[in-house]
Amino acid sequence: MNALEVAASVRAGETSALEVVAESLERVAARNEELNVFVHLDAEGALAAARRVDERVAAGETPALAGVPVALKDNLCVRGQPTTAGSRILAGWRPPYDATVVERLAAAGAVALGKANMDEFAMGSSTETSAYGPTRNPLDPTRVPGGSSGGSAAAVAAGMVPVALGSDTGGSIRQPAALCGLVGVKPTYGLVSRYGLIAFASSLDQIGPFAATVAEAALVLEVIAGHDPLDTTSLPEPAPALVGHLDDGVAGRRVGLCRELVEGADPEVVAAVQRAAEALARAGASVEEVSIPELRLGLSAYYLIAPAEASSNLARYDGVRYGLRVDGPDVEAMNVATRTVGFGDEVKRRIMLGTYALSAGYYDAYYGQALKVRTRMIEAFARAYARVDTLLGATAPSVAFALGAKTQDPLAMYLSDVFTIPTNLAGEAALSVPFGTGEGGLPIGVQLLGPARSEARLFAAARVLEAEVGR
Amino acid sequence: MSLPEGWEVVVGLEVHTELRTATKLFCGCANAFGAEPNTQTCPVCLGLPGSLPVLNRRAVELAMAIGLALHATVSSSTFHRKNYFYPDMPKDFQISQYDRPINAGGYLDLPDGSRVGIERAHLEEDTGKSTHLGGGGRIHGAERSLVDYNRSGVPLVEIVSAPDIRSAAQARAYAAELRGILIATGASDGRMEEGSMRVDANVSVHRVGEPFGTRCEMKNLNSLRSLQRAIDYEAERQYALVASGGVVRQETRHWDEDRGVTSTMRSKEEADDYRYFQEPDLVELVPEPAWVEAVRAGLGPMPAARRAHLAALLDEPTPAQLDAVGTVVDLGVDDFVEAAVAQGVEADRAIARAANELAGEARERPGLTPGAFAATLRLEQAGELSATQAKAVLATLALAGGDPVGVARELGFERMAAGELEGLIDGLIGEHPDEWGRFCEGDDKLAQFFTGRVMRATRGQADGKVVLDLLRARRG
Repeated sequence: MNALEVAASVRAGETSALEVVAESLERVAARNEELNVFVHLDAEGALAAARRVDERVAAGETPALAGVPVALKDNLCVRGQPTTAGSRILAGWRPPYDATVVERLAAAGAVALGKANMDEFAMGSSTETSAYGPTRNPLDPTRVPGGSSGGSAAAVAAGMVPVALGSDTGGSIRQPAALCGLVGVKPTYGLVSRYGLIAFASSLDQIGPFAATVAEAALVLEVIAGHDPLDTTSLPEPAPALVGHLDDGVAGRRVGLCRELVEGADPEVVAAVQRAAEALARAGASVEEVSIPELRLGLSAYYLIAPAEASSNLARYDGVRYGLRVDGPDVEAMNVATRTVGFGDEVKRRIMLGTYALSAGYYDAYYGQALKVRTRMIEAFARAYARVDTLLGATAPSVAFALGAKTQDPLAMYLSDVFTIPTNLAGEAALSVPFGTGEGGLPIGVQLLGPARSEARLFAAARVLEAEVGR
Repeated sequence: MSLPEGWEVVVGLEVHTELRTATKLFCGCANAFGAEPNTQTCPVCLGLPGSLPVLNRRAVELAMAIGLALHATVSSSTFHRKNYFYPDMPKDFQISQYDRPINAGGYLDLPDGSRVGIERAHLEEDTGKSTHLGGGGRIHGAERSLVDYNRSGVPLVEIVSAPDIRSAAQARAYAAELRGILIATGASDGRMEEGSMRVDANVSVHRVGEPFGTRCEMKNLNSLRSLQRAIDYEAERQYALVASGGVVRQETRHWDEDRGVTSTMRSKEEADDYRYFQEPDLVELVPEPAWVEAVRAGLGPMPAARRAHLAALLDEPTPAQLDAVGTVVDLGVDDFVEAAVAQGVEADRAIARAANELAGEARERPGLTPGAFAATLRLEQAGELSATQAKAVLATLALAGGDPVGVARELGFERMAAGELEGLIDGLIGEHPDEWGRFCEGDDKLAQFFTGRVMRATRGQADGKVVLDLLRARRG
């Protein structure tokens, strides 16, 4: 099921959105219990929405995503639908409003089936920290789908929906895309409105698409991108055209194979990146090796900045207004009891880290220092992009790992994002595209990175790699 | 009331003022006092997951107006999060400004000629309002707490003075002058009783010439009078402590208006670590120079200039007249005086009537326009109305409107026929020859005896001053 084909067929009246969505729901029903992809399914709402799309088409409208079923990460607010961010503390909460991306998808004729599982508050790289149980990788259910947007990735990889939305704070779209054999995009910070995205780390969070192919991902991003007056950090410029540039190729482009973005990866991953470099060269790009030593500081800076922002963003879950409340003899005791029961271990760990990093007497040594590193990283990327147009590296150090393999070792889990984190710190664009397979025939993703608003070029390069592996 | 020779109190004030915007600081909810609880809320001011703040342009303009009126520098600024848990703060952090406020450096000149430095005047959002049931009205020990989020996200400007104030009276004068400026800029209605202007005072004592003492912060100062009393009390408390060999502990203290004392709310050791960091959901606020200049150009005259202007209408004004000028400016009724003077009313009369008759519900005079005020005073000046009658006409106009001549007629204030008063006085002299004799011998107290009777006979229509003149003329 390809989103472009579905939309074209629905627009042409060859199939109805209702048939497409009903079929999609059947595929969800077939594997959701096994994989734990959707934490909330709104079958009735989806069928009703599909009927409305059919009416719009009958009335002569030609929506870009007519009848395309989508999965939404459970940190995107949908009016009246349970939205938990994978956390027990938001159990039962139903937002009174839609996220901007949800509105834009609906306006484009897409039909949301429900909410996809995720690591609690997007803190994790395997979808195992969800309060609603882990999601399994559809390609090998003994393995993780990656995370934090593991449910969104699994929904597409299992063929339940052609496209899905996730959010990427340190790699949470690109890493699961790599582990599930999908295209996953972390857009330039500000390209997509964050209004209605439950915040993890506000200065790093971006919403982006998952799809089986580059063209589908580009189309979805075109639909959701663009300035939103409700998000002052959204870029004021009009969203760039993407679909029209998919076949621009890479002839004459300068690609930098970045040493720090393959260091420490499994040999099969390094080999895949090397083959990708060769493929781009064959397509006419000039490829050179580059080194950006500052990228090695990314993980440390990220694990101060993201938890610091999270410690503040998650303060509001205090039991006073919505979500879980565990009573106590006074307000403070109620706050403590609610947060003790409502948050999982990883979330608590990061709240503590972040609170510490911002505390009087420690701010300069930790949070302040991390901000300086962030500035140095932005400058280092800028120097690299003065020499090359695009950087190439690995997305994740390995193929999908077994469930439980890293849950007892937070640092090993954190290292899953070592190649993806620098882009978030710099606020720039990157995507992961499947390129070959490794251990157990599992997919490997390679990562293409570019400066702010370089998505069209990244998609064109990804399209070259996709064609190379015959998709 | 005062410290011994060689000692002085040092005061810095933090004034919070709500801004008179139509909507809140970061969302489109109405900014209005007194609505049903929790009816002026939305995902943003309730801090719902996923919501984001969008800065209110008008609030920025009013904040700049306050800064410019205080001679501060308007600069590019950033917002920070001030993190602490409290049920009436929906996000459990307050969006405020920290190391880069919108206004920094400035001063305020007081009527007595002293100058108080302004350190900063920054933008921030207000919290909701808690009501604690049981437990003495405080959150600890309350059986139940109710929260109204209508106020959550209302725009505030916090104006922080330098520690330049040296007496409780000066602190009061500063707050009063600042209040006048806030009203003059249109930024605030300055109502302390509704909480739209709130004052906290940092108070310390020291021996002149020595370093400042440890300061305590006074809260719950709900009127200018409380401010003055609390500072006086606190200065004496601190002096007594130091004089008896004790030390002042840095702490926040609560002013109890009824008992006239301050007491410890929380000590420095218990103070929160607010973990300030830059608000990632808002971009840097960079006001274009042209915008700043437009706000500057739009500022009307400030109270000091207005007082000078009104005082210049008087020849060698007396202290009482200058007080009246101050009252006119405080009430914001300069335009009534201007209108009256423009129509030929003596400035002294116009200022006195404006200061005394337009007080009280100064802003609630639906029927009384500057034109009607001027016309009434002209009738008085022409002798058509006595002073008493003119005041009655003004009071009626304020409540019900109408034109002064018509109102005077309805109130029965007909002009007395020429000679009528003389006839009345002749009659009274005949009825009370003894009293008249004593008056003629110089017993002026008896003037009151005769004027009172004239007033009674004319049901207040006679002008007391005219009657007195007639009596003196007859005495020769």
